Amino acid sequence: MAKSVVQEFTKGLWAEIPPFRLVLGLCPTLAVTKGVENGIGMGVALTFVLVCSNVVISLVRKIIPNKVRIACFIVVIATFVTVVELVMQAFAYPLFLKLGIFIPLIVVNCIVLGRAEAFAAKNGVVASFADGLGIGIGYTLALTTLAIIREVFGNGTFYNIPVFGPSFKPFAFMVQAPGAFVCLGLMLCIMNILGKK
Amino acid sequence: MGDYILLIISCLFVNNILLMQYLGNCPFLGVSKKMETAVGMGMAVIFVLVMAGTITWLTEAFVLKPFGFEYLRTLAFILVIAGLVQFVEMFLRKSIPALYAGLGIFLPLITTNCAVLGVCLINIKDEYTFVQAVVSSFAYAAGFALDLVLFAAVRERILLARVPKPLQDTSIGLATAGLFSLAFFAFKGMA
Repeated sequence: MAKSVVQEFTKGLWAEIPPFRLVLGLCPTLAVTKGVENGIGMGVALTFVLVCSNVVISLVRKIIPNKVRIACFIVVIATFVTVVELVMQAFAYPLFLKLGIFIPLIVVNCIVLGRAEAFAAKNGVVASFADGLGIGIGYTLALTTLAIIREVFGNGTFYNIPVFGPSFKPFAFMVQAPGAFVCLGLMLCIMNILGKK
Repeated sequence: MGDYILLIISCLFVNNILLMQYLGNCPFLGVSKKMETAVGMGMAVIFVLVMAGTITWLTEAFVLKPFGFEYLRTLAFILVIAGLVQFVEMFLRKSIPALYAGLGIFLPLITTNCAVLGVCLINIKDEYTFVQAVVSSFAYAAGFALDLVLFAAVRERILLARVPKPLQDTSIGLATAGLFSLAFFAFKGMA
């Protein structure tokens, strides 16, 4: 019980890093990791929503009746997603167009609801904040790693800058849908090997 | 009529919701370990998605658009879907217990299935008419159910195979899904 705030934060970075350890929130993981830029953008958006909804839910956790808690959580999450949507439309419109439908779909991202249910509904505000931030950053890291692999091999670029010479033939399979599934599967496998003690 | 057939084929195969648009992967990997649950989940998604597609289209046309509330679409749609799922669950339990026994446990999971919200948003984004929206909701859901059942059949075989330890479970599942996706990729040539 007396886990420190630091521990709550760091567990999201390795021990419970989504989507590799907690196999949740796979759809955006597969869809937006075509490019590093998209991966980071999605990660930041999700981190913001996760931190805010975790804090608010942990503030109101004693007022919400147990029976309608999921509905209440979804309303809180949807509010913050709407905030992100509007802010991105105003300040990062090209990125908003690229991420498209996956910004509104943060509402139904299992990670956000999962953390609300499993953590924020039971813990204090500070711990929930640390948990949200840790998981959010962990998710961003995971997305970025996957995006780097897919963009470098599939497109021959890194953050839209070519890394190989002009003779490089991009391995187009990686940026297409099948590559996304296979790549994530192999990443899970690598994480399983690394995590084994 | 020909247009609708094209729409159905496009939603069912070419733009398959799971393998081409990456929506609804969590239940896809979660409930595909057994054939029975896969069939149940597939049916529940078809059932709910057709209704959700219809109702969210009506919400958009008669509530959000006339009053200029389009920016609240995400919030409104998820509330409508959550309410609908709850209502369907209560209705089935009271009136059609036989169907409830089959679909009941999957219904709460559907609220957070991103395929449902995703299809509702796609219907609006592509500016479908009412009939088109209903047809596409059905076709997308049917595509989801088809994938789920096919995938469950393959996964039951994988259970019998000797898979290297680090690759077990979700990992091999994702790699298999990749091969499925490759197969569905062939439909792109038809478009």
